[in-house]
Amino acid sequence: MIEIKGLNKSYPTGQSFLHVLKGIDLSIEEGELVAIMGSSGSGKSTLLNIIGMLDNYDSGSYLLDGVPIKDLDETKAANYRNKFLGFVFQSFNLINYKTALENISLPLYYQGISRNKRRDIALEYLDKVGLANWATHLPSELSGGQKQRIAIARALASKPKVLLADEPTGALDSTTSEEVMGLIKKINSEGKTILVVTHEQDIANMCKRIITLKDGIIMTDIKTK
Amino acid sequence: MVFSKDSWKEIFDTIKKNKLRTFLSGFTVALGILIFIILFGLGNGLQSSFSMFFTDDQVNTIRIYPSTTTIPYRGYESNRQIKFTNEDVKKIKENFKKKIEDIVIRNSYYTMFSYKQQANTYRVRAVSPGHKSAEKTIIMKGRYLHEGDILNKTKHVVIGRLVEEDLFKKENGLGKYIHEGGKSWKVVGVFQDEGGDREERNLYVPYTTEQKLRNNDEVEQMIVIYDKDMSYDQSLVLERELDAYIKNLKIISPKDNRGIYLSNTGEEQENSRQFASVLQIIISFIGIGTLLAGVIGISNIMVFVVKERTKEIGIRKAIGATPASIIAMILQESIFITMISGYFGLVSAILILNSIGDSLMEKYFISSPYIETSNAIWATIILIFFGALAGYLPARKAAKIKPIVALQDI
Repeated sequence: MIEIKGLNKSYPTGQSFLHVLKGIDLSIEEGELVAIMGSSGSGKSTLLNIIGMLDNYDSGSYLLDGVPIKDLDETKAANYRNKFLGFVFQSFNLINYKTALENISLPLYYQGISRNKRRDIALEYLDKVGLANWATHLPSELSGGQKQRIAIARALASKPKVLLADEPTGALDSTTSEEVMGLIKKINSEGKTILVVTHEQDIANMCKRIITLKDGIIMTDIKTK
Repeated sequence: MVFSKDSWKEIFDTIKKNKLRTFLSGFTVALGILIFIILFGLGNGLQSSFSMFFTDDQVNTIRIYPSTTTIPYRGYESNRQIKFTNEDVKKIKENFKKKIEDIVIRNSYYTMFSYKQQANTYRVRAVSPGHKSAEKTIIMKGRYLHEGDILNKTKHVVIGRLVEEDLFKKENGLGKYIHEGGKSWKVVGVFQDEGGDREERNLYVPYTTEQKLRNNDEVEQMIVIYDKDMSYDQSLVLERELDAYIKNLKIISPKDNRGIYLSNTGEEQENSRQFASVLQIIISFIGIGTLLAGVIGISNIMVFVVKERTKEIGIRKAIGATPASIIAMILQESIFITMISGYFGLVSAILILNSIGDSLMEKYFISSPYIETSNAIWATIILIFFGALAGYLPARKAAKIKPIVALQDI
């Protein structure tokens, strides 16, 4: 599903460059649940952003479902993101003036799906994350765990090939974290490819494969169980 | 997809759920239009009362007054009082008959008139019938003085609207007699005059009657009415010719600046025309200034709106919004709001202008403020255009921001 070879990325910092990713080779098959670990500054978020087409890379190659992803213009990147990827963020990133249902419908709006169909699909995913009774609530009326579940429903609604979660439990307490991870595992068991960036070992332990990054290179790549 | 029904629904949704933002940008536009139209309308009102004031009297006239000489000439000493007579008027008329239409005679004096218990002092103008058009007197009822009155030296009088109000109260003055000392005058007409209250407290009587009562043939003032088609420069030539002719007639030194005095209303007209054009420039300047202030206000609001939505834009991009759809969304929303509120500002400003009417005439010299519909619509279009442009530039910038950058900005 994801084929990465010799990926390099550096950021300009004043006069010099900060080399964040130093030749990453990574292959992820369909249906995997992968945790990307590392301390802050290890390059894990940058890697996720590149995989998510939210950021460009300098050299190397990246294939997503056989499609080369390199130097996309904004419009193409937007279309690919909409078609291939679902995002879950640490800070949820729901649109605060839209209800739970409307937030979930939004990626479908950008796919050009009709209003009624959007509603049906959104309701289906709302039910899937167990919040069918919260359809008309605004994000401000929901708890952190509920918000993250809405965000997961939104990420899934567009039927992406890969779900990318950046510290999905970073803003949640341990009980809620387990619930959210349980949901992610359930979705994975239905066949979805999922990447989770985290710095928490117990969250990583819930995944099937743990990749550890340090200073821009892959240190370990372990299959659990 | 950009202008689909669905994208409108998305926009109405956003507008409905962001009432403060919608109100702020709408209010700015409405206020900009409102202030522009009201200021421009008041300026127009000032200008129209100005032109109304200065076109009270007929414009193609030269007024000639006798004065005292300052230079001894052909045996006459200086400081001699010049007097015009009916004979002089006749001679001037004869000599200039090709260039002038009429010479109106006007002698003025003040006297007390009474009717029943009411009495008051008024200015009487003893005139020839041509005075009606020279002064643009408007007859409300009855008639003006005519040649018959002049020939027969009748004791007929045409009274101002306010004289009738003063003396007759609610009675109709027409056909009744008013008294001046031992004499009785028959009211044959009532007039009004756009020159205002002062003009409407005058009375007109035949100049021949007045001369008979005084037992002389003096003329205090001649009003020469010349051809309307004459240019301003031609009227200046006529003024010089009249001056030379009358000085010769009355034996006044050609070098004497006094002796007689001529005043060309064409000249006043020229001056007031220049003043009006200066006024027009000031009004346009005020208009452009307010419009500019409105444009700046809208630009500020739009920059603020886009800044506020940076994170939302990042989210939308992360879930698949293209830059074009982001720009379209912000533009459609801002144009929609500015159009609705622009129209609202336009209509309420015009309503306010209409309700002002003549109420500012007394104190501020502004009559019936108005704005040409085309000007009002252009101003609205300009504001909407700049509102859209002011929204487009930051929207384009926001649409170009990488989603991660927009999302970091929490």
